[in-house]
Amino acid sequence: MTTKSFGEPILRKEDPRLVSGQGRYLDDLGHDALAAAFLRSPHASARILDIDVSDALDVPGLIGIYTYEDLEGRVAEPLPLLIPHPALLNGRTGYPLANEYVRHVGEAIVMVIAEDRYIAEDVVDLIRVSFEILKPVVGIENAKAAHNAVHSSVPNNVSAHSVKEVGDARAMIKSAPHKLLLDLFIERSACSPLEGKGVYAIWEEDSQELRLWSSTQTSTGVRAAVAAKLDLPLQKVECIAPDVGGGFGVKIMHPWPEEVLIPWAARKLNRPVKWSEDRREHFISSAHERAQEHHIEVGFDEEGRILGLDVTFFHDNGAYTPYGIIIPLITSTQLLGPYKPASYRVEFTSLFTNTVLVIPYRGAGRPQGVFAMERTVDAIAKYLKLDRTVVRERNFIQPHEMPYDLGLIFQDGRPLEYDSGDFPASMAMLKKMVGWDDFETMRSEYAAQGRKIGIGIACYVEGTGVGPYEGGFVQVETSGRINVATGLTSQGQGHQTVFAQIVADELGVPIEDVFVTTGDTRRFPYAVGTFASRAAVMSGNAIALAARQVRDKALRLAGEALECDPQDLEIVDGIIRVKGDHSKSIALKTVAVLSNPLRYAFDESAKAATQFAVGDTSKPPVPEDQEPGLEGKDYYSPMASTFANGMHAVIIEILPETAEVKILRYVVVHDCGRVINPMIVEGQIHGGVAQGVAGALYERMAYDESGQLQNASFMDFLMPYSTEIPTVEAGHLETPSPLNPLGIKGAGEAGVIPGSAVFASAIEDAEGFEIRRMPISPSELWELRRTMKENA
Amino acid sequence: MEITVNGTPLSARVPARRLLSDFLRHDLRLTGTHVGCEHGVCGACTILLEGKPVRGCLIFAVSVTGSAVTTVEGLVNNDGSLGIVQRAFHESHGLQCGFCTPGFITTIHAFLKENPHPTEEEAREAIAGNLCRCTGYQNIIKSVMRAAELIDSGVRDDH
Repeated sequence: MTTKSFGEPILRKEDPRLVSGQGRYLDDLGHDALAAAFLRSPHASARILDIDVSDALDVPGLIGIYTYEDLEGRVAEPLPLLIPHPALLNGRTGYPLANEYVRHVGEAIVMVIAEDRYIAEDVVDLIRVSFEILKPVVGIENAKAAHNAVHSSVPNNVSAHSVKEVGDARAMIKSAPHKLLLDLFIERSACSPLEGKGVYAIWEEDSQELRLWSSTQTSTGVRAAVAAKLDLPLQKVECIAPDVGGGFGVKIMHPWPEEVLIPWAARKLNRPVKWSEDRREHFISSAHERAQEHHIEVGFDEEGRILGLDVTFFHDNGAYTPYGIIIPLITSTQLLGPYKPASYRVEFTSLFTNTVLVIPYRGAGRPQGVFAMERTVDAIAKYLKLDRTVVRERNFIQPHEMPYDLGLIFQDGRPLEYDSGDFPASMAMLKKMVGWDDFETMRSEYAAQGRKIGIGIACYVEGTGVGPYEGGFVQVETSGRINVATGLTSQGQGHQTVFAQIVADELGVPIEDVFVTTGDTRRFPYAVGTFASRAAVMSGNAIALAARQVRDKALRLAGEALECDPQDLEIVDGIIRVKGDHSKSIALKTVAVLSNPLRYAFDESAKAATQFAVGDTSKPPVPEDQEPGLEGKDYYSPMASTFANGMHAVIIEILPETAEVKILRYVVVHDCGRVINPMIVEGQIHGGVAQGVAGALYERMAYDESGQLQNASFMDFLMPYSTEIPTVEAGHLETPSPLNPLGIKGAGEAGVIPGSAVFASAIEDAEGFEIRRMPISPSELWELRRTMKENA
Repeated sequence: MEITVNGTPLSARVPARRLLSDFLRHDLRLTGTHVGCEHGVCGACTILLEGKPVRGCLIFAVSVTGSAVTTVEGLVNNDGSLGIVQRAFHESHGLQCGFCTPGFITTIHAFLKENPHPTEEEAREAIAGNLCRCTGYQNIIKSVMRAAELIDSGVRDDH
């Protein structure tokens, strides 16, 4: 009997390679390729007056120096604006190399190609650029004040403005028995995968074809963008995502300037060219996220039920908007979480600043929205002297109200309608796990020892599995090997394992026989990419549908061979047999042989498929409505996103002298529908929580007023080590999604989303004063304490 | 320079400024040693120099002439099976993207030689010089404990 693998903690198929040093990440390829290095802007806002390369030209090993003036055709045009939106009134994108103006420190100005990276960097150091330095715009306050412009053609530095209303929130707040105002701020952080970006390109002069590898979250996206930029037919460009050392959002952006320039240079020079981003480059020329300022007005009744919620927020989108305004759109829609305020108004303004551009970082606007909403709910509870969980419960959407239409349009352009979830059950589970009702006893025990502890709570709902589609391909080779391909990419999510689990179950084959390829346009050219917790939902379902096609075909062919009704057949361990009569059977791999009538016998198994060996001579070898081969391809395209949810609680201790926050317990309740592999889902939660802790207590982007990022290294950007991250206690609640065949919802981003909210809640609980800005460092908390004491 | 890499003695001619990590990765094509920050903080490039963990990105290749270097590739058993720490990472889901993993494996390999029976706290401390962005470290700590268990149960490890 084949062991069912869906739902089991199957060990990962990718591991043996990766733990023994046999992974192939971008910089592990192309050892003999030419190397690129970039001269990047040292100024946040400046006009380029002159680029002097005279000292650089004699360096042995130099191949070429390129500035904007050297770019040709569409390579010299602005980079694409990937996600246009009616509210994005003044979208702006940069050029692959700066065209007269630079708008953030780190913007690429000159590309140098040399025999190796050492030489390329030597050359960069010898190039002199003169600038007219302009006054930069740094931070939301300066962007709003608009004394200086990031783009001279954009008034008030405003890229986008949007207002959405469900009911008349302002009137409802006015007439509400109680109201509160809150100002809430979140600082920037960044994805910071351990592997930076990288591109490697080979131009095949003879066939006029381009093959490129990019450390990307979307190889189909890069392929299409590069083909367009280089004016090549799509068929002449292939893009492969090799092993990718983490993404977390930053690698979904495309084409990065380097993704256009490296292939362009490879074709121009007719030599393989490679660029691997270094850590400083990643800090100053990739992307950041999170900085937002929120003003909230809320009206509520005696019970704490929210009657009106009016949110106005400002989003710092950095110097350009190539990825549109997805982040504020998500904040504005996902802010509501599991709650149903009687009316809601949300207005946002997206602002240009002279800083690194802003695109989604795991969570993508949700951490800010959840922070805003959860601080509001905590404030209501405090005001009414109610338990924080009680106010939450009173505002929850109830299970019987599912599907629940929130009356808004989500980031995929479709109605925001929750498909599933049982929030009261999740809350009950969380309270029990963390010991919510006994916490006051714990608090007094600690207080008796002179120790100060606090408990925080935060809830979220996450739209996952956004469209438009993904596809899956499943093929049975005559050896019994099952090849599976999907177009989206992998950055550590274990796709080679979970997709193999799905196929193993659908097809009735051992998981060891299933081999999954992702992110290779040669194997599957139609795809969107890996982001928004969508891979398992989208490709998982597409692959399941493709596997079902293969199964149907295999049973039909086997039925013919065994002269029985396909309905009476089953596949177990790769053998198709009659249910209840195991003497009548045929191996799946033999059916693969039969599915492909042959003229030539290239091996023993092929002999069985040659024209003198098989076939009903009254029919064509391949019947009219059939194709040769035992394979199937299908797509999954959802009507709408599926909504996962969860609740986190944290118990912290704050040290009296240093205001340092110690995590005593971190508890997660999580509902991502049916779980394919609980080990992998828990791993995703652990990693997400770690990034949540990081964003709440450690990480920020320390820009000074001149737009210099002062902590652009791992020495100064405090990415947590093992000593800062707690052990996560996770509980799963499964409410299957009714929207897709497998009943799954996404899990990738969940862990990070309530981070800032849950720590603010806990710190406020411990200290007694309001926490309105995150992240918070010990010195900031210490200072808050001091001013609170003074004011009291 | 003369150097022994993963048990194989070899001689090479390298520019004085070539980093040990680049020498291993691009000259010897042992790409299991990864470079995550190039300033000695992330630990992805950790290799064993005479059995001690060091940052490959902070040393010039020529400065280790005459020494023995072990990389993650060199921790595989002679028959090609996974070494104990490698196996423990697989069994404990100690990796996701796998980029930082070689640096953890070399570090933990050396740590367990010194302390084959660590407590969980000691395990947490032992890996506190390496950055991982995917796992939240929980399953890496579990991997350390699992490796210690495997050592105790006498599982084969050639290194």
